[in-house]
Amino acid sequence: MTAVESSTKVVLGGTRGGPDVATLRQDRWWIQPVITVAVLTAFVIYSTWAAFQNRYYYVGADVHRDLISPFYSPCLASNCVPGAKAGFAFSGWTLSPALLILIFPLGFRLTCYYYRRSYYRAFWWSPPSCAVSDAHGSYSGETRFPLIMQNLHRYFFYAGLAFNVLLTYDAIIAFRQPGLGLGVTVGTLVLLTNAVLLWLYSISCHACRHLCGGHVKSFKAHPIRYRIWKFLTPLNAIHMNFAWASLVFVALTDVYVRLVASGALTDYKLF
Amino acid sequence: MADVTMRIWRGDSSGGDFENYTLAQNEGEVVLDVIHRIQATEAPDLACRWNCKAGKCGSCAAEVNGKPRLMCMTRMEDLPEGPVTVTPMKTFPIIRDLVTDVSFNYAMAEKVPALLPPPMPEGGYRMFQEDVERGQEFRKCIECFMCQDVCHVIRDHEDNKQHYAGPRFFIRYAELEMHPLDQNDRRELVREEMGLGYCNITKCCTEVCPEHIHITDNAIIPLKERVVDANYDPVAWLGRKIRRRTKRTPAEAAVQPAP
Repeated sequence: MTAVESSTKVVLGGTRGGPDVATLRQDRWWIQPVITVAVLTAFVIYSTWAAFQNRYYYVGADVHRDLISPFYSPCLASNCVPGAKAGFAFSGWTLSPALLILIFPLGFRLTCYYYRRSYYRAFWWSPPSCAVSDAHGSYSGETRFPLIMQNLHRYFFYAGLAFNVLLTYDAIIAFRQPGLGLGVTVGTLVLLTNAVLLWLYSISCHACRHLCGGHVKSFKAHPIRYRIWKFLTPLNAIHMNFAWASLVFVALTDVYVRLVASGALTDYKLF
Repeated sequence: MADVTMRIWRGDSSGGDFENYTLAQNEGEVVLDVIHRIQATEAPDLACRWNCKAGKCGSCAAEVNGKPRLMCMTRMEDLPEGPVTVTPMKTFPIIRDLVTDVSFNYAMAEKVPALLPPPMPEGGYRMFQEDVERGQEFRKCIECFMCQDVCHVIRDHEDNKQHYAGPRFFIRYAELEMHPLDQNDRRELVREEMGLGYCNITKCCTEVCPEHIHITDNAIIPLKERVVDANYDPVAWLGRKIRRRTKRTPAEAAVQPAP
């Protein structure tokens, strides 16, 4: 379908009012990009370091626990430590098992509409903040490669759901303490909180909201989809909160498991 | 109350500069009140658009301290201490002082294909409340064009005006796409000709909207997802093939006058 022919012509290049400066804003607009850069850079540095460590990612039966870091679950390499292995393993993989799987959660966050807003502003300065000039002479947005690949977001969402199921499974079996029976430790609560936050981040995603009900033309004709859409809409409104909370907590979960696995910390049993 | 200094852009298409006006600040005033007092006392030739003084006509949009604002809804006491800078909207060509030529938006408005409902059934068209509410948010738009002004796609890149409708019209496209009676398929149009892909969802349009329309979350992103359905999702493509549902051809979806 083509646009309606317009009798009003778009005239380009008229003189614009105001001074030729990047911005006239007087508030501290730069704080938000600085915080975003600081948190995302810290996360990328930590997660890269953790992914290449290839140790201290599993707390096993020797200390009556079954805790695995989310960075290494599912552990799909044949060189995974005993007890951490998933049912299927790539034989001959000699690098860190985390490198096999991290592309999926990373891709989900990288193509997420909220994170796109954040890193386009903070890292790419396109624009750094509202009514502040962007840092590029020309601009093609997400119309060309590689940024047109952002349209694959829903596939990373599907993959993210599979990871959520696995991490939820990890959290549930963490209540089973080998040799002691069922119990609750700080570690089980950490894994459970991590799984809950990841679910909230996933189901509040814009792609989820669209796929579950947003794509229909008539809500009246699709009452179940409408109910799901209506449930997801308020969650979607605070997607940003879930994005940051789940990002920080997944790193903290890895820190906790790492400290317990290395012996630096004891995983206290609550009851 | 203390005096306030207003730094106001004065000029036209041949150029301009700031002029300072210092005057007493009265309690409860908005920026537009002060502009009117300057017109009445010091600069009768100061040009600005205004109409309702109630935040409902969108005429008095300008940039106050560098941010797009409705002058009639910006209270002086909410602004930080010091001179208050008032400039015309940056994205559009200046006519004079605080008045800009916003005809770019009228050109884009004319390009929007109209609603195409099916033939009138017996008893008339019926639309249910759930579907009415969804589009109602977009009908709150007062066309102040501050979202267009703040959008960096055209604010910082004049050449993009040729192929970018902008947030105000993306909410119009979204409203029509979500309309249960509409039979047009505008997804290819918004992708190819209206530049939906240029939007990198930095949400500035949502931040400045005086009607608090969730432009990005409820209009632009759903439109982007619909474009993904049509163009970038092989599973959706396969589903359409299996269920023998096809996108409407351009001929089928041709613009027709509303009954």
